[in-house]
Amino acid sequence: MIKMLSGNEAVARGMWEAGVAVASAYPGTPSTEILENYALFPNVYAEWAPNEKVAVDVAIGAAYAGRRGMAVMKHVGLNVAADSFMYASMTGQEGGLVIVTADDPAMHSSQNEQDNRTFAKFGRVPCLEPSDSQEAKDMVGTAFELSERFDTPVLLRLTTRICHSASAVNLGERTVTTMEPKPFPRNPAKYVMVPGNAVMRHPIIEQRIRDIAAYAETFPYNRVEPGSRKLGIITCGVAYQYAREVFPKASILRLGMTWPLPEKKIRKFAKSVDRLIVIEELDPFIEEAVRLMGISVEGKSIFPITGEFDPRVVRESSIKSGLLPQSAHVPLLDLETGPLPGRPPVLCSGCPHRPTFYILNKLKVPVNGDIGCYTLALVPPLSAIHTCGCMGAGIGVAHGAAKAGSPEHHVAVIGDSTFFHTGIPALVNVVYNCSPVTTIILDNRITGMTGHQDNPGTGRTLLGQETVRVELEPLVRALGVRHVQSVAGYDVKAIEKALKEYIKLGEPSVLIVVEPCALLPDVRKLWMPLEVLAEKCNGCTLCFRIGCPAILKSEELDEKTQRPKALIDASMCTGCEVCAQICPRDAIPFRPVKVEAGES
Amino acid sequence: MKEPINFLLAGVGGQGTILASDVLVNVGLAVGFQAKQAEVHGMSQRGGSVTSHVRWGKFVYSPLIGAGEVDVLLAFEKLEALRCINAMRPDALALINMQEIEPLTAISGDQTYPSDDALRKIFAQFSSKVEYINGEEIAGSLGNLKVANVVLLGALSALLERGGQAGVGISPEVWLKVITERVPAKHVELNRKAFQAGREAGRISQE
Repeated sequence: MIKMLSGNEAVARGMWEAGVAVASAYPGTPSTEILENYALFPNVYAEWAPNEKVAVDVAIGAAYAGRRGMAVMKHVGLNVAADSFMYASMTGQEGGLVIVTADDPAMHSSQNEQDNRTFAKFGRVPCLEPSDSQEAKDMVGTAFELSERFDTPVLLRLTTRICHSASAVNLGERTVTTMEPKPFPRNPAKYVMVPGNAVMRHPIIEQRIRDIAAYAETFPYNRVEPGSRKLGIITCGVAYQYAREVFPKASILRLGMTWPLPEKKIRKFAKSVDRLIVIEELDPFIEEAVRLMGISVEGKSIFPITGEFDPRVVRESSIKSGLLPQSAHVPLLDLETGPLPGRPPVLCSGCPHRPTFYILNKLKVPVNGDIGCYTLALVPPLSAIHTCGCMGAGIGVAHGAAKAGSPEHHVAVIGDSTFFHTGIPALVNVVYNCSPVTTIILDNRITGMTGHQDNPGTGRTLLGQETVRVELEPLVRALGVRHVQSVAGYDVKAIEKALKEYIKLGEPSVLIVVEPCALLPDVRKLWMPLEVLAEKCNGCTLCFRIGCPAILKSEELDEKTQRPKALIDASMCTGCEVCAQICPRDAIPFRPVKVEAGES
Repeated sequence: MKEPINFLLAGVGGQGTILASDVLVNVGLAVGFQAKQAEVHGMSQRGGSVTSHVRWGKFVYSPLIGAGEVDVLLAFEKLEALRCINAMRPDALALINMQEIEPLTAISGDQTYPSDDALRKIFAQFSSKVEYINGEEIAGSLGNLKVANVVLLGALSALLERGGQAGVGISPEVWLKVITERVPAKHVELNRKAFQAGREAGRISQE
């Protein structure tokens, strides 16, 4: 049966066909839909872990127990999980272990565009790279076979363009029915990495990667597509598609395994062509390895090291370097549109994070942010995020700045899911080493940015089962924070009062702002748009300062001020009443009846 | 027909571009093409621009269309249509939904939303095959604004039937089968009507 699948859907299907016993992940674009789709298959086990390191340990545990384990993450997730990834390479495992990394060239939704093939080389682990959805599905099974045959974790590297592109997939059968658990191994020489054992393991994994390199020579996804001898292209992943499209006549060596490399095959291919180039996104990973073999090759001297490729990037770079004639150039219309208003992502109308940032902006404190929807409060008019590096970073950064004598009171802002991810140890540090940092946990009862995934605070698992809800306030108190309180996310005055008090304290404080995401289905049911009483509005513009996309400028001007009055777009307004609270002229009436989320 | 045909869908998060591109790529597959689709989401669900690429052909390698190679533009919103203009080939076909979703940069900032006149003028500069449609109005007359995306697909199906660079005739039944498979059972009839209404609008605009 043929079905149109995205790369992520295809990986999920491949996991099902390959009989993955335990799959664990932390959501992260572009990888999130893999586990969401896998969880839909019957009788599978899949879970959201609080972070990627835990996810990899979980997959390792399953593989130690003799069954197939898989961990899935976006590229930067592997930074978090690197420690576990590295020891897994040292020990190997009993059942198959596959780790999926979804890299994000062009940083569509990431803080960097690191090339995770380097992790494969670093960890002496093979790396597989599919070029379309069919291969994304098939390579899951291949990765497990490789893992079990060579007693190694396998890195399956995807990129955004593989994850979020759809192409036809010929579905297969479920070939490996779930294996019975084996007795857990008692093999300390292999599984207890004390120095004495680790010393013995290191040469083994060095030999293992040499063995895999020998196998790579016949690996079916490393294939030569013969063509003209004038130009030979080594390529991998989605870049293969661009190479095929732009150079239909060239000879191509498509590598499905990008670490370790099949040296003999590469040498033979290089000899068969007059000019050898590598077309790969991001780092010159293959190019440098080929050059180390003493083979003359070009790559990043022609194609960019940053961003994502497409046929145009490949074609125009090739024209510039003389690989293609000027006649290959595709002209652009180059029409002048004048400046077009941008449409940057913004905090949604009714976003429960908005009041907190409105107040932070008013208080003019430095805000150390984190990864999540709330990072969008960096843009005007809220302009209340001053740093954001990676998951869990904000609290530590605020503490460091405070310890360095930063003259202002630092506020760290972190979401509920991000707090569970890596925020907790950082808050422990604030308490242990005592800094006057105020941490705001924005608890919107969901993992928002990646599209509403459950987390340890939601009381529900990825498989839809009810579970224990980790309560934030008792947890924070247990860490030793003495000043803790929870406030409702839409209560502008309560947030202001609490923060004004906390930023004067000389010791750690935590404000938990609780309000479910306005886009959650149960919350949507309670939406009730507000309106502006034009006769009361005098165009003071205060409500524009909360940056709500539902508040528009009316065409009607106030007679005195000659400024536009406010107008509420009823199709977008959720009725959160934040604007109603800050309007100094009561021009925006509150809802007639107050309804709380959950009661309808 | 020219192949592969490159479709660019452009809109704003929440407008139903993803369903529309899913339908489009599957229609391509259903009539025997190799078909690929690529979309950019991630942060776009927070009110940002959304684009989706769909390609049909005997062989389709890249899932992305290079700038300057778009044969058919399906724009769900006027400003997003303008944003795509330099991705188009000369004389490309464009179907533009006349919806206006003002971005925050125009509401509270100092930028101005372009006028309809400017939009029409600039599209007329490079193509004689530009059609404007009011998908919301048609969807509203059917009682559900959300089916505007299917109205647009209906109009697109009619426009594709005419000759020229991207001309390809596909039976409406193929479209309807693909659409029906992708919408909840209780909305099948509504979507069928939306598609037909869109086709009608697409036909009339050509006369």
